[in-house]
Formats: sequence, C-alpha cells, structure tokens
Amino acid sequence: MTDNIETDVVIIGAGPVGLFAVFELGLLDIKAHLIDILPKVGGQCAELYPEKPIYDIPGFPVITGQGLVDNLIKQIEPFHPTFHLNEMVESVEVLGTPEAPKFRLKTDAGTTFVCRAILIAAGGGSFQPKKPPIKGIDAFEGTGVFYAVRKMEAFRGKRILIVGGGDSALDWTVNLQPLAERLTLLHRRDAFRAAPDSVNKMRALLAEGAMNFELGQVEALKGDAPKLEAAVVRRDDGSTFEVPCDVILPFFGLTMKLGPIAQWGFNLNENLIPVDTEKFETSTPGIFAIGDINWYPGKLKLILSGFHEVALAAQKVHRYVYPEKKLLFQYTTSSTSLQKKLGVAA
Amino acid sequence: MGVIHVVDHAGERHTLEALEGWRVMEIIRDWRLPMEGICGGACECATCHVFVDEGWLARLPPASEEEEGQLDSVPLTRRNSRLACQLLWTPELDGLEVILAPVSA
Repeated sequence: MTDNIETDVVIIGAGPVGLFAVFELGLLDIKAHLIDILPKVGGQCAELYPEKPIYDIPGFPVITGQGLVDNLIKQIEPFHPTFHLNEMVESVEVLGTPEAPKFRLKTDAGTTFVCRAILIAAGGGSFQPKKPPIKGIDAFEGTGVFYAVRKMEAFRGKRILIVGGGDSALDWTVNLQPLAERLTLLHRRDAFRAAPDSVNKMRALLAEGAMNFELGQVEALKGDAPKLEAAVVRRDDGSTFEVPCDVILPFFGLTMKLGPIAQWGFNLNENLIPVDTEKFETSTPGIFAIGDINWYPGKLKLILSGFHEVALAAQKVHRYVYPEKKLLFQYTTSSTSLQKKLGVAA
Repeated sequence: MGVIHVVDHAGERHTLEALEGWRVMEIIRDWRLPMEGICGGACECATCHVFVDEGWLARLPPASEEEEGQLDSVPLTRRNSRLACQLLWTPELDGLEVILAPVSA
C-alpha cells in the first residue's frame, strides 16, 4: 500500500528530541509527521535504557528512559502527531528553492511525504539488527539467514539454527520448534538473559528431545549461496563442529546505523551533520538536524541540548511554513492563544 | 596514576595514562582511540568490547551477569572478551594490556 502524505514538517526519528520537536512546532501551529524504524517511539531511551535512571534532564532529579518518553508523549498529545513506525526514510528529493523549500521523502514501506521542512532527529542512527561478521553472510540473507521472523509458515519443515540468549532467541525457539524439522539453539554459554518462563519452556523441549542445544559461536557458513547447508561453530577451546541447517536466525540485538542519511549531500563530520547554532539548519535550506545527529563547535550529546536546538529550529521552520505571518514570541505561562492550543486555557 | 596499554585495530600499541576511578572505556576514549561507548558506560551497547591479555584476565574482577548478558549480544567473543566500561581502573591495574576488538560493519 502506498501512502501519499502532504504536511508541514517531517521529523526523522521519534526519540526524545524528535518527540519534543512536535511540541515546539505545535506551539507555532506547525503540523508534523514522525518516522521511525522501531515499532515504538522513544529512540535510545526506550530501546537501550528504558529502566535506567537519567539524572541530567532539567527539572527531573531522576527519571527513567521510558519515564521521560512517556512524559514527552503526554506533552505533545495536544498536537496529535502522526507516527509512521517500522519505516525508514530512504530518499529525499528537493522540490522547492532555498527561499521556499519543499521536499519529497520516500520510505522503505513505499510511503511518500511532501513537506516544507525536514527535521533530522536521527540520534545515533537507525536501529538495525546486529549482523554477525561472518564472511559471505550477505549472500545468504533472505534465503538462509534471517534477522526477523515475518511469517512463521515460511520456516515449516526446515532445519533451523537459532543463535542467541535473549528474549528474541528463546521466544522464537519455543514458537518455531513445532514447525521445524529440527531446531537447534546455539549460545556462547549455558545461561540466558531471557524471561525465566521462556528459558523453562526451552529446557522442557530439550529434556524431551524435541530440540538440540549447542554451546559455541558461528564462525563460518557452508553452502552454495543462496542455499545454506550448515553453520561452522567454534567452541570455547577453539575446536569446531558443524550444524547442518537450512536457515539461521541470529538474534544479537540491535545496532545503530546512519543509513541513507549518509547519501543526502551533507558534509558529514565523523558521521554527524554540521549545522549553524542560530537555527540548526544544515547546508540544505529547509533541512535541520537536531539532537545527537548534529555537530557544531562545542556540541554536547545531551538530551537537554537537543531540546534547546529544537526550540530555535522551530523559529526558522515557521518562516518557511508561514512566510507571510509575523512570528510573535509568546510564553506558555501568559499567552491565552498558546494555552488554548495546549487545551489548558481557563 | 599509572598506565594501560592498548593495541588498536591496526596492531599499534599505545601507552595511555590512567586515572583512578575511571572506566577503561573512558580512558581509551579520552585519549582519542577509536571506541564508541555509545551508551556512555551503562553496559547497554557492547561497543567497548576488548580482548584482555591472558596474563591479566585472572586479575580482573569477574564479569557481572549484566556484563555477560551484554557480551551475549556480541556475535564473536573470545575467552578473554570483556567490556571496557565495566573495568574500573585502580593502581592494581597499572600496566593492564588490552586489545581493541574488531568493530562490526
């Protein structure tokens, strides 16, 4: 299904800074759509450290990653942002001029956006599955190697090797075992960080001989690509053995990759997008970079810095979206019109 | 004060001044060797993966369950794999030898 969406601003990345951008833009009557590759909002805060305490958010002596995300979601609620999750922006096309910017964005799901400004709040890059650094693994991806299970039926009757020790590995072990011809779970140690219930279910399957468990790490793949035949596994002591298999599912968690952003013509500074410190605009008029993804002299990768950058960027975005309107600087404490937008007017 | 020795990805050995209480990951980054430490030492990203010289391995405090859990997310580890953010430098570790582990593409 292809969607064609026209809006004021597209925000790339729905982490804390991307989320707060909705607020600052919303106060200025600017509508935004957010795109994120994860199936949820919150970026690194939600994905890497939801339960960890953060001590340097102004106004919060301590708040967890997920707590901050939940607060931000509540804070931007009055502006009803639209989220496009499980999607990644692949291309950006310049349609307008430097004085009147306009862009067309396309995502990997086929969605097209046309907007007046883009806020890149991509943080450390988009979260993608961590791929084992095995020579030639690319040739088997999609046929013999999968980093996610979209349709369980595709794995029926196959000899499956699942690698990992976390929730993904254990959950899929339990879910795919009934369909597989034979299922082997491979992990570097006999201890798992998955939910105890999943681990117990796996051990029960093991006890009744319904699956195999091996200790080791995949070192190489055997087969005439794209047809996989076996995985070569290295034990702790350096010796190797083979696990014949049709498919391998490596579950090593996520890593962050800059992705297509690297191809959009910015003069990247160590994979960061240089911006000015007045409006945090990139070398392309109408495209702004905010949060960890940007760079300027003195830049600190702090969430509070991203919040500040968003407030200033919004001022310039307003000039692009409403070139005829005069921007009146107001405070939420005293402005009736702002309070009406927030739904808190008396 | 003391030092740690770090072999980088090109095989070059660097001797870095170490401060007590600093994480080995922080020392390596402070001296501008390539180490991401994306999560800032929260034991959440495994980008500070190092191989510890065999002679030093036994002298280090054992890895916590949290560190082992993070090492699980590294596709290829060795017996001497550790996360540098979990190693706090003390004078007992003067002369510690580590090798930067390969970074995946």
